[in-house]
Amino acid sequence: MINELSRRRFLSQAGIAVSAAWASAHWPEMVSAATHAHQAMQSGKAYKFEFFTPAEATEIDALSARIIPTDDTPGAREAGVLYFIDRALVTFASGDQQKYRDGLPELQNLVREKLPGVEKFSAATSEQQDEVLHTMEASQAEKPPRRRNLQSAQTFLEALRVATISGFLIDPETGLGNRGGVGWKLIGREPEHSFQPPFGYYDKDYPGWQPAQKMADKK
Amino acid sequence: MKVEQPKYKTSDEVDFVIIGSGAAGGILAKELSTNGFRVVVLEQGPYLTEADYTHNEIKVLGEDLLTNHPKSQPTTFRKTPRDKAKQHRALVYGRSVGGTSVHFTANFWRFHEIDFIERSKVGAIPGANLVDWPIQYADLEPYYTKVEWEIGVSGLAGASPFDPPRSKPYPMPPLPVKSSGVIFERAARQLGWNPFPAPMAILSQPRPGRSACMNCGFCLSFGCEVGAKSSSLVAAIRVAERTGRCEIRPDSYVHRIETDARGRAIGAAYFDKDKNTHLQKAKAVIVCANGAETPRLLLMSANKQFPNGLANNSSGMVGNNLMLNSAAISMGVFEHPLNDYKGFAVSRILHDFYELDAQKVGFYGGGGLDGRFDATPIGFALNGLPPDTPKWGSAFKKTLAENFTRTMEVFSHGTSLAREENSFSLDPELKDAWGLPALRMTYKDHPDDLKLVKWLNDRALELLDAAGAKKKWSYPITEQEFAVHLLGTCRMGNDPKTSVINSDHRTHDVKNLFLCDGSSLVTSGRGQPTMTIEALAFRAADRITALAKSGEISA
Repeated sequence: MINELSRRRFLSQAGIAVSAAWASAHWPEMVSAATHAHQAMQSGKAYKFEFFTPAEATEIDALSARIIPTDDTPGAREAGVLYFIDRALVTFASGDQQKYRDGLPELQNLVREKLPGVEKFSAATSEQQDEVLHTMEASQAEKPPRRRNLQSAQTFLEALRVATISGFLIDPETGLGNRGGVGWKLIGREPEHSFQPPFGYYDKDYPGWQPAQKMADKK
Repeated sequence: MKVEQPKYKTSDEVDFVIIGSGAAGGILAKELSTNGFRVVVLEQGPYLTEADYTHNEIKVLGEDLLTNHPKSQPTTFRKTPRDKAKQHRALVYGRSVGGTSVHFTANFWRFHEIDFIERSKVGAIPGANLVDWPIQYADLEPYYTKVEWEIGVSGLAGASPFDPPRSKPYPMPPLPVKSSGVIFERAARQLGWNPFPAPMAILSQPRPGRSACMNCGFCLSFGCEVGAKSSSLVAAIRVAERTGRCEIRPDSYVHRIETDARGRAIGAAYFDKDKNTHLQKAKAVIVCANGAETPRLLLMSANKQFPNGLANNSSGMVGNNLMLNSAAISMGVFEHPLNDYKGFAVSRILHDFYELDAQKVGFYGGGGLDGRFDATPIGFALNGLPPDTPKWGSAFKKTLAENFTRTMEVFSHGTSLAREENSFSLDPELKDAWGLPALRMTYKDHPDDLKLVKWLNDRALELLDAAGAKKKWSYPITEQEFAVHLLGTCRMGNDPKTSVINSDHRTHDVKNLFLCDGSSLVTSGRGQPTMTIEALAFRAADRITALAKSGEISA
């Protein structure tokens, strides 16, 4: 949004506190995607995918689980990222559909080529999956990101990565994505919207402002 | 929170029509209506208030709730006039009542004496169009003080040995220090520099109808729900409305200033929400549409008398001399949590490098550093991690989990040298959703700007070293292709051949047309222009009032 370097910047980052262009360009619809995923999960019924076939969904689930894996803390899977992406692709991120249509068969070919005897990505071990992703990453090298003014993702892998991160870290207070606030818990962002100092480790014992000269005199 | 206001008819010739309700337009509306004039403010964006602002990043960043819309208002970019411009999101600015002052960082530095007289002090610089201002710091000092007291700026007078003279202290103490500020202050002192509490246009103490800052952490890019950020909406427009003489008319996109046979402005033509056109008549027109939209509007208002754009006959300089301010960011990761996502962005700055000795460093310029954190979770995950972090997988997740609360930025802000061919102009092909010519930005940094910002960034890295950062890195310093600070495009000057407005903000060519916003600036300052734009607006209001009362404008 905001200048790759500046302020906000916006907002933009403006200015700012700013997210990638992909996320920001698509954000209104992300609400509905995330809500949808929530409802699907909370209803306890089998989720009916809108973009992916069940087989594709299994692949995407496995892929996003390698981007933000589940280990001793929740990952993409627990945050409901798969459902978020499925909904995204029929709404705000419909422009990315082709990347997935092309990317999934390419992935399939790559798996067959690299892992003889393994039928699909989701059937491989985690180590094998990472190996496949590294190969994809090398063949789909992106331009280095620019501060606060990211171009929209050019490749399947980058599109999937940005979507996974967005579904994982979207503000849980909106009641939308980031199920159970697992993403914010992971990064240590408290859910409140009003704070009092001290804020962190380094300001807790701050003695108050003193002019430099006074400091020097004390020494 | 909206105040009842008069409704003027478009055929009713009001005293002033002001185009744009941002930092300058809001203050001019307040001052002129308080002085007894009848004022209509035309704002292209919606009238949003505290109740509409939200911490929902989706609405703010995704729907461009507070900013210009890249789809309906596309822009183009090229580096030089020899290139063909390509479609590219070239700029961001505030697009709601209050303008960019609604969502800005609120760093509120005064310009120093040197900013007004630099050409005389350093001489000509090859490849740059550096000139002195027609006014000096002393002319503006009373107005800087007025800004601080009237709109609400927190800070500590006398804390910086480099501060220019001031006639009054700040009206309220600085905001609380953040961990990034403590780290910044300690390291800077170790290096023998002079860090000090950042002057911020955010309330540290409540004012009538406005809360002190709650440290919510949704500051940069967001509107303040408690009125703590001193936007022109909460600090000026509400006062204007209470006079009963000022109408704020939102969703009004001005596309032309009409003139009569004598070459005088008669009013502003605009599209309403439904794209119907109207002409608001006025005795005088004041354009405060920002450093991009102000020149665009003048250029779109070309007619037989003003074939190159309104107020552009004498100089041909409308849109030229664009300055953006140079900037760089270095990041540091520390051992313990800073939790710097809490609160406003900046609590400590330094001005030791405000005036560098060109003989010593080998380039012209100067600037300041600030310590801050201003990222949100998704943006941080995508852009805020060290460049050697894997982009996915366990190591990515681990670094993300570790760094979000432990990262801070040292932001370098510096001068931009005006170059005549850097400009905002009308794209010859691309149109916006209203069928109007799209903005075209032409910009290539002066080599000294890039040298300066690299030099400043080296100091930022030294600071992070002295602070004991576990890890540090910088974003690449490259030529700028995106504008936030929109400065200098209708510069002020005494000579009608080289400037667009005089020191009263009156255009040299049209007697009842005034311009006041970032476009008026002659030099860029050191990276924080809003304070000066607001001081200029207070001063312009005094000048325009005097001219109107003496019958000078209507004559």
